[in-house]
This record gives sequence, structure tokens and C-alpha cells, in this order.
Amino acid sequence: MRKNIDYHAARWDEPLIMQLGTPGERGVLLPACEKQILEETDDPANILPAHLLRQTPPELPEVSQPRVVRHFMRLSQMTMGFDVTPDISQGTCTMKYSPKINEVFCQSPKLRQLHPYQDEETVQGILEIIYKLKLFLCEISGMDDFTFQPGGGSQAIYTNACIIRAYHEANGEGEKRNEIISTAFSHPVDSAAAHTAGFKVITLMPESNGYPSVEALKAAISPRTAGLMITNPEDTGIFNPHIHEFVDLVHEAGGLCSYDQANANGIFGIARAREAGFDMCHFNLHKTFSSPHGCIGPGCGAVGVSDKLVRFLPVPRVSFDGEKYHIEFDHPDSIGQVRNYNGNIPAVLRSYAWIMSLGAEGLKRVAEIAVLNNNYLTKKISQIKGVTIAYPEGGQRLEQTRFSWETLTKDTGVTTEDVRRRIVDYGIQSYHTSHHPIIVPEPFTLEPSESFSKEDLDLYVEIFSKVAEEAYENTEVVLTAPHRSTTYQVDRSGCNDPEQWAMTWKAYRRKHLK
Amino acid sequence: MADKKCFVHPYIPNSAPAVEQAMLEELGETAAENLYRVIPDNLKLHRKLDLPEPLVSEYELKRHVEKILAKNQTCDEYISFLGSGYWHHYVPAVCSEIANRAEFLTAYWGDTYSDFGKWQAMFEYQSLMGELLNMEVVSSPTYDWSSAASSAIMMAVRITGRSDVLVPSNISKGRLSQMKNFIHGRANLKTVEYTANGTLSLEDLHKKISADTAAVYFENPTFFGCFETQGKEIADLAHKAGALVVVGVDPSSLGIVNPPADYGADIVCGDAQPLGNAMNYGGGACGFIATQDDERLVAEYPTLLVSIAKGENEDLWAFGECTHERTSYVKRGDSPDFIGTSQWLNAITSGVYLSLMGPAGMKELGEGILRRTAYTIKQLSSLEGVRTPVFNGPHFKEFIVNFDATGKTVAEINKKLLSYGIFGGKDLSRDYPEFGQSAQYCVTEVHSLDDINRLVSALKEVLA
Repeated sequence: MRKNIDYHAARWDEPLIMQLGTPGERGVLLPACEKQILEETDDPANILPAHLLRQTPPELPEVSQPRVVRHFMRLSQMTMGFDVTPDISQGTCTMKYSPKINEVFCQSPKLRQLHPYQDEETVQGILEIIYKLKLFLCEISGMDDFTFQPGGGSQAIYTNACIIRAYHEANGEGEKRNEIISTAFSHPVDSAAAHTAGFKVITLMPESNGYPSVEALKAAISPRTAGLMITNPEDTGIFNPHIHEFVDLVHEAGGLCSYDQANANGIFGIARAREAGFDMCHFNLHKTFSSPHGCIGPGCGAVGVSDKLVRFLPVPRVSFDGEKYHIEFDHPDSIGQVRNYNGNIPAVLRSYAWIMSLGAEGLKRVAEIAVLNNNYLTKKISQIKGVTIAYPEGGQRLEQTRFSWETLTKDTGVTTEDVRRRIVDYGIQSYHTSHHPIIVPEPFTLEPSESFSKEDLDLYVEIFSKVAEEAYENTEVVLTAPHRSTTYQVDRSGCNDPEQWAMTWKAYRRKHLK
Repeated sequence: MADKKCFVHPYIPNSAPAVEQAMLEELGETAAENLYRVIPDNLKLHRKLDLPEPLVSEYELKRHVEKILAKNQTCDEYISFLGSGYWHHYVPAVCSEIANRAEFLTAYWGDTYSDFGKWQAMFEYQSLMGELLNMEVVSSPTYDWSSAASSAIMMAVRITGRSDVLVPSNISKGRLSQMKNFIHGRANLKTVEYTANGTLSLEDLHKKISADTAAVYFENPTFFGCFETQGKEIADLAHKAGALVVVGVDPSSLGIVNPPADYGADIVCGDAQPLGNAMNYGGGACGFIATQDDERLVAEYPTLLVSIAKGENEDLWAFGECTHERTSYVKRGDSPDFIGTSQWLNAITSGVYLSLMGPAGMKELGEGILRRTAYTIKQLSSLEGVRTPVFNGPHFKEFIVNFDATGKTVAEINKKLLSYGIFGGKDLSRDYPEFGQSAQYCVTEVHSLDDINRLVSALKEVLA
């Protein structure tokens, strides 16, 4: 089998764009004002009050069009997107294939050239897509309505926290119910967004099986409990089988239960938020529903709620009267706006097309193959010297698995960060270790979604075996990695030093090019 | 199709029966569904999801989706005068080309050693915005302007340890709603009146500013399209009271207009949507936050911050996150704000745009918009019964047109304009009843003389 040993990343030694071009070069020209406009209006220097007129032009580069294109083409070549490598590495991120036909749809002026304030008569097509995707997600989750306004998973969780807040305020319990319960292996933003919305957060820690006990939950519940915000399966890939009991206990105490379904890829058509008793949930359209990740967005956090919470959803909302689609603002109990307009609509369009291509059986196959892929990969990876599975007592994993290099580190001194750099030399993406807190020592998390073939998985295992072997036999090569990447290992401690960090070329010039 | 084993889909390589079988055998399993034994039976959905029959062939899917999309009428097909904080600008072909590069489109969280180009592109975006804004620190993107403004205000609350934020009522109602939602219970949002010129009332600011004021927020240009001409006076007043000045700005104006940093802004925010991002029915947003390079300010950014890391020599560098422990990823339940997947591809696209435009392009963009705006206002104001601008002074891109004297509602007028192939300005009568029957019109570099003249003659007929 090929092990990508001859791989080398593109290394263009490309300057920064600010270092390119010469004064007077132009990258694009705009339409000039017509003669009549020039004749009938004053010079801008006279239109604007003197103190508003910019005296010093911005120091932007002056670069011709071919050089700008070449520059960004080179940068793209030095980026390891999903389309160029089997990206099994980014566990918890559900890296999957984004169908090309959906990009064709997104390039249509029928989407790109729509303004969010157009008359609803003129946007019946996109409103239909939005409305129908809502219906699909209601069926997939068992919730009763959805909004696509949040621009990502974090904002979706925040939206759910705001709805929990609004619900208790409407019941006159806003002051009293000020605590959210989450778990250590739920995404950090389940806690952070709840805290941003004004809640105190109680974090349940895992038992030896990887998930918190019912007793720990009981101890955390009180009259102050506003709700539970939880991922399941958690970021370890372990499904908490007591989830229904968790939900029941929180409900009995008067709290709401919010299901972070960022990890839903393995349970499509198998298990839903509704059957587990949740009041609300969210899906990441950019993870689970195939919309590409775009170098960290734009994404879409689709928020779903049960009947009793629909009145709190953000506005505007899209409705259907049997003939026409409408944009509605008149919902007095709404939490208002969490983001402008109707959300990142290209992600909505792609998700619609993805579901239409797969149907019910296809979605279930997505889940089953994702889980099959992961169990296959987990078996093979766990056989590699130096690797252990976190929480072996936690039973079989679903769509992802958290592993540990603890043994390898003890044996060789090579850490998970070292391995993470080295695998890049074999043409695969650096992996996700773990969100904070780092509970599992020397962690790494893999998620082989349905998009990968057996051949991809076998190659991936071969590369990991090879790197583990290097760690034992040729430690230095791992410690000093990467060697065949775009750049060499660079000491990045300066990024945390106020004297050295530079978020712009302007700051870099001042600090380092004096 | 009825037999699950035969459901082989192009997006799912291992749905091919022989491969699936081999993998199951490796695991000692007979069927993939057996892998769900960890999920209790009562949590399982024991029926098929009720979804439409799939269009498994790409051709059928294409026909289906394109048929729905064809029902939309676009700002290419109509002459659109819609704006209100979200704008129709020309997107250069190079911007679309780079935004569609599969390497960028399909990358995610990879580090500098695997996604070097992505990090360089983000550093360049931050740098180019830094030049435009005359600021040394620029955030990676937030969701949109309103989320950037909300986060910026709360940064000021934490930095000053004070409780009040003053926001003028000449910002959009949507933005105000989002700010209130975000600040909820953590600070007091107080609105400051605006004057007959549409600018912030210094008199009311005097009344409301106090030793409790954490931040004074305003926008330039204002939501109404006129400039805030008292930036320095507001900043001086705020600074004298020990408050921070937070300014929201339309970056497409900054080729000709002074950046807020030059009249005293401590934190600047806004949206890079006008810089090369297609409207996408609201999907083009790209919020930013910027400050000077002050440790105290940097410590309160909620977003990721990309820093260049200097290598052994000038030609060797890498990129890293500046103080990741600031973010909600580490602070978790103690975090006062949050970040996650946001709008990075849009930011990279804006970096491409600024690279193409250069200082001359940005100046011409600003000048062209300023003159087209002035011309359109002049032409419309000559129509009988039409009053524009509602506020005095120069306008940029947007302006309010009042139709009260015509006896017609904006809704009626806009419906009629549709038959002329025109999207009239946004109806303000719901959000701003105090303006009567008024619409907010917007012109940019995409509007030709002919487009503007067509609007004028159409309105003449509609109002007759």
C-alpha cells in the first residue's frame, strides 16, 4: 500500500500580499461616474466636511490582477482542504464530502443576487427552500419548528440559551432559574454561550465509563436549574444511555433540555431529540448536512424547538399559507434577532439539496456507514503501539472516538502535538486533540464520516502506524516535524507575547522591522 | 431502493455492498444496524423518516432545485435600490474565483502546518483591514456587524468595569434588538436621541453620560445614510467621562472618509460584506472588531486572533493564534462571550477584494458612491410630493425618501415599481413610524446614470 512517503506540500515561499506590487498597478477598475453625474454634483472634497475627508490613503498594496490571482491560488494550494485529502483527522467536526452540484446551485445569481429585504413575492423560490428544509429537520429531529438565523453552532447554542431564559422569564422564574447544567465532554460553548446569556454553569464530570452519573446530575439539580445543555454522543463518541433519565430529572425540576446535535451524523434516522424528551436542539448544517466548512465558516446552526417554545424563536420567520411563502416579524414573545436576516442561506440551500439527494434511506445509510467506518477505524487504530482508547469501559463508540497517546509519550517522549505535526508530512490533515479541559492525556479524536472509503481508512491507519513506529525508532524525526510541509517548525510562543504578537502587517512593521 | 443493501449512493463510498460486508466481517458483525446496541431501544425511532423520495441522479436533482430557484427575481434582473445596512456591490470575478477554490471552500480548523495558506490569507485580511481602519489589531470574523458591535460594547463594559452603554437611536432596529438580546442583564443599554440632522444629540449625550458609562456607541455613516459629523466631539465627551468610544463603520466608505480611529474611536466594528461578498440573501455578512495594539484591549477580544510568528529569518514564518486561552474554547462556563465557526471564507474574500482595489480603487469607490448618492437625491427631490433627504448634510450610499405628500404608501409605490423592473427602497414605516411613509434608498457603484434616471421616471409615473 502507498503510504504517501513521497508526499510534499506546496511550498511557494509566497510573500505577503502587502509585499507585492508596485505603485500605480491596478487589480480591478470600477465604472466611472457618467458626465451628467459629474456635472450635477460637487467634488467629493467639497461634499464632505474637511474633518471627515481622509487625508492619508490606506496603505493597501497596489497589485495587478494576474499577480493577485497567482498569490491567492498559491495560498489555496498551501491549504489542505477536504477535497484534497481524506480528512478523518478533525474529530467532532464531521468533515464530509460537499457535493459539487450544490456548489453549482450556490453560484446561481438566483441565490447570490438576492437582497434580504426584497419583496416576498420576488423570493418565493428561496423561501420555499427555507420552509421545506425546516419541515425536513422537524422530521429528522422530531421538533416542531426551526430557525436558520444563527451563523454557526456556537450561535445556535447561544440562541437556545436565550430561549431557555425567555421561557423562564415568561413564567416569572427568570430571576430564580439562573443555572445551566452541562458536561465536561459537551462542546465548550454549551457552557460559554449559557454563561454569555447570563447563566451560572455547572459542569458534570465523567465517570470511568466516560459519561456523568445520574447521581451527579441529581446533586446538581435544584430550584435554580434553568436547563440542561448537552451533547450526546459526547465528543468522545460515547453515547450516554441514561440520557432519557437525565432529561426526565431536569424536567421534573422545572428545567428545559437542550440537545447540542453537532454530533448527530451517526444517528440520523436512528434516534431523535424528541424520543429522548428534549425540548430543543440544534444541527450544524456545515458539518452534518454537507455544507462546506469554508475555512471556519460561513456555517449555519439550525435551531429546532418543540411546540411550547416556538413563540420564542428569533424573527424574521418564514411561513406558508398553502399558496405563498411569507416573511413574518410579528411575534411579540420572540427573543428578537440573534443575527441579521435569515441566516447563511447558501448553507440552507446545500442542506436542502443534500437531503433531497439522499432521502430517508440515504440518511440512515449515512449514519450507519459513519458508525461502521468509525468502529472499523477504531479497531485498527487501537492496535497501533502506543495508542489507547479513552474510557474503554464506555462501550462501543458511535461516529467518532477519542484516543490517547499516553503510552507512546511515556515510552518515547513524543507527545500528541508532535504526532499531530508529523502526520502532515504524509499528506493528511493535522488532527483534533480535544476541547478543553484536557481530561484524557495526550488526546486525539478521529471521525471517519460516511465520505471515506475502506481504502482511505486503511491508508490512514498505515500512516499512523508508520508515525508510531518512527516515534519508537527514530524519535527525532517526529519531534522536529514537519519536514515536508509548507513551512518548518516555528517557535510560536511569540503569538502570546504582547511585545512580539502581530495581528496585522502594520503591527509587525512596528515591532519587528524597526 | 426498497432493499437497504442495494442503496448505494455516490456520496457514500462504503455503501457498496462488498466493501460494507468486508468491514462488518472485520468487526465480527452481521449488519451495520447492530452497531447501535449502545442506544436503548426506547430511544430509537422504529420507523422510516417521512421525507420525500430522493432524487438520486444528479440530473434530476439539478432540475428540481433550479426549478425552485428560478422562482426568485434577483437584483441583476431588477434595478435594486435596497440597502439598509446590507449592500449590492460589484463582486469582482477574482473574488468569486478564490472563494470557490476547493482548498479554501472545504478546509476547516487545520493548523499552520497543514493549512498554512488559510492562515496567511486570514493574516492578510486582518492586515488589509488594519490599513483601511488605521488600527493595529483586527479580529478574525464575527457573524455580522451586529454581533461585532454587541461584543465590542461588552468588551468596553469589562475593560471599564462600568455598567451603562449609550447607543444612539439612529441605528437600525434590528441591530438594537440584537444588542439588547446580547447585553441582557449584564449591562444597561440606554438610547441617546438624534438631532434634526440625523446625528447623535450631544445635548442628550451630556444628560446621559456619567461615571457609570462604559461605552458610547455610534455609527458613521449613520443608519440613515447621513454622516455623523461630530465624531471627535462625541469621543472627547466620552473620554472625559472615562468611557470607551465604540464606532461602527461601513468599510466601503474608508477610501475617502477618515477612519474612526482618527477621531478617537477605541474600538471599531462593522461588516466586510460590501468588500467582495455577494449578498446571498443575507449570507454575505462578515463582522469585524478592531483596536490599537493594547494588551488590555486584546485580552477582551472574544474572537480568534491570527498572529504571525517570526521564524529564524525574515523569509520563514508561521501563523498561530494569539492567546487562545482568552476564548470560550478554554474559558467555557466562565466566558463572557463566545466564538466558533463564523465567516472566515467571507473574510478571505474581502482580503482578495482589498488586494485588487488598492488605495486608488477604494478612493474611486467612495467618491463614485458619494456622487451617485448626491445625484440621486437631487433628482428625486425634484419630484412633486417627494421629500429627500429627510436629514440634511452629505449622505453616503443611503438616504431616506419621504412620500407623505403624495398620499401614497411606500408599500403601494414599491408594488408598482416592481412592474417597472425596480426594487424600491426599504419601507421604514414599520420600524420608524415617526418618518411617516418613508423608504430608505441605496445607490452604489453598480448604479449607472441610466438606472437612476429610470427610477426617477418610474416614480414620476407611479406618483402621478
